[in-house]
Formats: sequence, structure tokens, C-alpha cells
Amino acid sequence: MVTVALENVGVILGRRPVVQDVSAVLEPGALVGIVGPNGAGKSTLLRAMLGLVAATGGVRVDGAPLAGLARGAVARKLAYLPQGQTLHWPLTVERLVALGRLPHLAPMSRLGDADLAVVERVLERAGVAHLRDRIAIELSGGERARVLLARALAVEAPALLADEPLASLDPGHQIDVMELLRAEACAGALVVTVLHDLTMAARYCDRLLLMDAGRIVADGAPLDVLTPERLRAVYGITAAIERRGDVATIVPTARAY
Amino acid sequence: MRRKRALLLGGLIALMIVAGVASLALGPVPIAPARVFAALFGHGDPVATAIVIELRLPRTILGLAVGAMLGLAGAALQGYLRNPLAEPAVLGASNAAALGAVGAIYFGLAELHPAVLPLLAIVTGMVSLVLLFALAGRSESPLTLILAGIAVSTLAGAAISLALNLSPNPFAAMEIMTWLLGSLENRSFQHVWIALPCIAAGFALLLFDGRALDALTLGEDGARALGTDLRATRIRLLLGVAIGVGGAVAVSGSIGFVGLIVPHLVRPLTDRSPSAILLPSALAGAVLLTLADIGVRLIPSTNELKLGVVTAFLGVPVFLVYLMRERRLW
Repeated sequence: MVTVALENVGVILGRRPVVQDVSAVLEPGALVGIVGPNGAGKSTLLRAMLGLVAATGGVRVDGAPLAGLARGAVARKLAYLPQGQTLHWPLTVERLVALGRLPHLAPMSRLGDADLAVVERVLERAGVAHLRDRIAIELSGGERARVLLARALAVEAPALLADEPLASLDPGHQIDVMELLRAEACAGALVVTVLHDLTMAARYCDRLLLMDAGRIVADGAPLDVLTPERLRAVYGITAAIERRGDVATIVPTARAY
Repeated sequence: MRRKRALLLGGLIALMIVAGVASLALGPVPIAPARVFAALFGHGDPVATAIVIELRLPRTILGLAVGAMLGLAGAALQGYLRNPLAEPAVLGASNAAALGAVGAIYFGLAELHPAVLPLLAIVTGMVSLVLLFALAGRSESPLTLILAGIAVSTLAGAAISLALNLSPNPFAAMEIMTWLLGSLENRSFQHVWIALPCIAAGFALLLFDGRALDALTLGEDGARALGTDLRATRIRLLLGVAIGVGGAVAVSGSIGFVGLIVPHLVRPLTDRSPSAILLPSALAGAVLLTLADIGVRLIPSTNELKLGVVTAFLGVPVFLVYLMRERRLW
């Protein structure tokens, strides 16, 4: 269980404010979606939560300032799935996923049986066990995305921060991944994920943060956040929003100026 | 996987022992292994003892140690810079150490005491590290580091050329050239005592960071999110290369190619993760350089062939075969 609290977080990259004045408390057991147009600062906010970029304001993990925590301690609490990750060596899928166990290894030690059992479990969960002996850089984009998700799951951290986990996945696997994130949250994890598919965001997330120009412009239950007026103001689109009971579909229909 | 690794390490250690014994036994005067062992354990005949202990033992120790250092430094740098072209010379430490040695010859300091040349080489190797840090700044990008390394390396190379250009007489120029080609000829225990501590320090620093190198497979952000302290990793790695390679170059001269090809040779025999190739690269580097040094002694030629020349000629075909087989992976 881990709670991440953001207090007036701001990030400046090359003199440009990319994230400004973001405050939110992210509680365990929730699937939190971050949505917003390209360049809204979603990925940068995620990186600030991990301490990967210098940020003003405060990020607290379970009440302790992130800046005061050792990198290893942060790694064991917050697992990170970056966007469009490049792989630098032709490792097998199994070896790549095993990298997720690094934060748990004592210096100079090798993977133990418990670590291998975790690797086995997450390979199955992400549906990539059949790819275990393939070279990861030779996989298709969608297969690689799921392997990298398995790598992030292998950390077994109480929080998972996933940046666009659905990119390059087919519809079936998009549903698989959202179900998996949902299940992680139901099991008590804090899952924060950047999404572009508003229907998926509305259907699976407990809470959405809508970002625009570095600020959070709406924060709450998905269908309270994704109103026609906000979609027009933030994305510049009109959208058909259809609700059937708990399930909503949000289909962008046209540019709105 | 664990069994495969044990097999690989065991095989390489066995090869290293064979190469080491061969290096003690072979040369212009062949000595049977039984006499070699007798000499080593202090009850050999005086001739064998003199040749084995005084001449061949320091040379063998240096061949093994320098080869291991070059192989390890190449493997660590390829992992750290995430670049299959990286080698010990890429950050400028080799050229800078060579410059120190050339300076010692040029200014005649080398004649004062045999230890002056290697010590000066180690000092300039360390100075190059300071320059590298100043040029690369706080950037964690591998490309910045490579570019800074090229700048340092080129500057040192230019200074070596200047020394050759201005050398007062052909003999000095010849001596510098000979040294630059790399050799383990006529090395004494004095050289061993200068090089070994540096190489041991380099080993300790470079072997420490295997896991950080693995994590870097996922890029800088990925590695930091896995708990890697990149700044500490970088300081250890650069210090390890400067001290270890500086110490090696100080006694052997510039020996190219070992650090580049050895990691490529052992990588297909491992799971290809950067940490898995560190130790095998060190062992294979030791074997390769020792074999090349035996070759240098046995190949009949008017001038003794220089080690750096032989490693390059041996290295290229091996490297090409590897490249043909593995190119689909890059």
C-alpha cells in the first residue's frame, strides 16, 4: 500500500514550464488515469512523481518527501513503465523481465528461486510466457509493449506508474491490459496510467486527472471529468458520449474551433 | 542458464591456465612443463629458473593482467555507453596514458629510472579523467561522454604526434614508435608491481556495477526507476577505466582491439546482458593477449613482432566472422 501526494508540483524543462501547480493525493487501491492532449505534461508529471526530473513543490510517498528517499527505496515502492522504451541489448524476453527484480537484489547477488517464480508469474499475467526465449528487440510493437509491462510488474511494487501502456496494442490486448491494471488496483495497488483512449479511460479508471497546458483542469470520476464542454475546451473536439448504465463510449466526432 | 555460465567460466579459467603455462614454457628456448613447474616451486635447475622466473613469469603475469583489464574495460564500457563500438580507448584514457609514456621518452625522463615511464603514464591517464569530467559536465547521456572522450583522445593523440614531429633524433622517434606499438618484451617484476595494483583497483571498480549496467538496458530513466544511482555508477566506472587501463597501458603500450572484440566474442555464449559478459570478457581477454604474446615470441622475424600489431591482425578476422553471424541482431 502506498499513497503518493503531490503538492503544487511544477516542472520546468529548458525554461518552459511543462507542469504547473499540480496538487493531488493518489490513494492505494485505485486506478487513476491521466488524460489530456499531446504536450499537456502527462508524462512529465509521471516522471516528477518518480523523481526522474527536478520538480518544485513536493512529492510525498507515504508522507515522506521523495527527495529524501534513496533511489533503491523509491524503486521498490514505485514501478515505472516508460513510454516507447528503447532496448539497448538483444536480451531474451525472460532476461528482460527479470530486470524488474533488480531493486530487490542485494549487491553482487544473483536472482534467487523466489525471483524466478515472480518472473514466471508476471510472464503469465501479461500473456507473454510463450515469448520467453525470443529476443525482445525482434518482437512486434504490441508484443514488446506487453513484455515491458511484464517487466514493470516484476518489480511487484505497491504502485505502478504506466505511461501509455495501450500504445500499439490491438483492441483485444488493450482490454487485457486494462483488465490487468484494474486487477492490480483491486488487489490494493495504486495504478496511475497515462491514456489517450477516452472510452478505455472512462470504462476502467476510478478517477481521471484531465491535464491541459501543464495544469490539472479536472479531477474526479471519469464521466464527471469528460464532459462535452471540457472535451471542446481541452482537446478542441466534439464527441459523442453515450452512456448505457455503467458503460460509456466516448467517440470523437469532429474538430471544434 | 546457471549451468551454462559455470561451464563458460570454468572453460575460460582452464584456457587461461593452459595459456599461462604455455607462456612460461614457450619462447626462443622451449622449456618442458615439468621443468617449468620445478622452477616455479623453487627446485628447478638454475637455467630454467632464470628464464622462467626472471624473464617469462613477469611477462606472463602482465599478459594475463593487461588482457583481463582490457577485456573487462571493453565489456563495462560497451554496457555503460550502450554502444557495441565502445572500447577502452574510447574515453581517452589509453591515449592519455600513452602520451605520458611518450613524454617520459621524449624528455629523457625514462632513462632516470625504469619506473618513471609507467608512473607518468598513470598520472596522465588520471589527468585525462579530470578533463573528461570537465568536458562532459553533469550530462548523463552516453553520447556526450563519447564526444568528450573523443576530444580528450584526439588531444592526447595530437600531442603524441607533436612529440614524434619534434623528436630530436631518429632514435628517439624510433623508441616512441616502438613503445606505441605495444609490447610485453623485457618486462620485469618492477613493472608487475606498478601495474598490478592499478589493475586490481580497476577490476574492483568495474565489477561492482554489473547490475547498474543491466538496468541501463532500459535507458537512463528506466535504470533510475529501478533504483540505480547513475552518478555514482559513472564515477566508479570512469575511475575504474582510467586507473585500470592507465595502469595496463603504462606497462604494455597501446594494445588495440582486445577490448573491442573480446566482449563481442563472449556475448553469444552468455544471456547477452551487460553484467553477464564482465567476468568472461576479463578471462577471455587474458587468454587472448597471452596467446598473442606467445605468437609474438614464436613467429620468426628479424625484429620481434609487436603485440599490438599481432592482436590487431588476429582480431580482425575473428571479429568479421562474429559480425557475419550476429549482424541480424544489430
